[in-house]
Amino acid sequence: MEIKVVRQILEWNEDNSKEIKEILKKKGIFMINVMGSPGAGKTSLIVEMIKRLSSNYKVGVIEGDIAGQIDAEKIDALGIPVVQLNTEGACHIEAMSISHILQYFDLDQLDIMLIENIGNLVCPAEFNIGEDIRIAILSIPEGDDKVEKYPLMFATSEALVLNKYDMKEHFDFNDEKVENIAKDMNPKLHVFRVSTRNQMGMEELIGWVEKMVREKSLA
Amino acid sequence: MHELSVTQGIMQIVEAEAKKNDVKKVLSIKLMVGVLSGVMPQLIQDYFELVAVGTVVEGAKLIIERVPASIKCLECQEVSPIDRMKLRCPKCNGIEVNIVTGKEFYIDSMEVENGD
Repeated sequence: MEIKVVRQILEWNEDNSKEIKEILKKKGIFMINVMGSPGAGKTSLIVEMIKRLSSNYKVGVIEGDIAGQIDAEKIDALGIPVVQLNTEGACHIEAMSISHILQYFDLDQLDIMLIENIGNLVCPAEFNIGEDIRIAILSIPEGDDKVEKYPLMFATSEALVLNKYDMKEHFDFNDEKVENIAKDMNPKLHVFRVSTRNQMGMEELIGWVEKMVREKSLA
Repeated sequence: MHELSVTQGIMQIVEAEAKKNDVKKVLSIKLMVGVLSGVMPQLIQDYFELVAVGTVVEGAKLIIERVPASIKCLECQEVSPIDRMKLRCPKCNGIEVNIVTGKEFYIDSMEVENGD
């Protein structure tokens, strides 16, 4: 006998992601999912984003890491509400973890929530966590073949930050090639050349993020 | 990388359906997996044999059907197959597109033996 089932295997994650989107919409909060390899500069980018965004917006951060709270301490030092999410070994953040963690924030006091996903180019891209936009970071020392090797993250992001751009002269990194391949997969992708160390490209990135935040609040 | 937890998710659904339908033994399970889903069918197959031990699902055959990718262009309305992640309409070059198929990851049906 055949039983027709038709059930999404990751359905719990999609349901949770939709719930989070509704909560954030009601509270007028814009959520940004920051993804990239360990060492690409996710925390440094978030720190620089906070410094610029916090003059106009109230910012909160969820720091995802497999273990420890080193990154949360860095954000806390900036006087920004931050909660550390330890996944205890899991390679990505799921929507359910974000639902649980939102209760630790005063959501009436937030405009933008930045989420630092687990350092990994593969799994985080498969899980929607209620975000409005995804920013993928690829740093110059990682090599210019990563977009081809790990397409999903770059195909599902709104922005690609090529970080540590000040190191470019020391590496054989063809940024034109990376941009072309990424935009071939994802023609709506915005590419930013950034150095969080010397602030290069930050103004342009923040201008774009603020534009996205304004567009959501008007929608 | 998370195929084990995904396989446990499959088991949860299958066991719930089996209980609901008073199933004695699950003979086979049909999974639909889109080519853009990022799931490795072989790993699911391997984990499945491990997690099924001692349940009504033990010994069941896992049939995995791959679903090809296609997109719908919101400009010319054409639905076109794409051979890999390339979100641009092959007909009119439009970039406002929706993925129609290729991200599937669901249990379609199962073949069972009933308790009575």
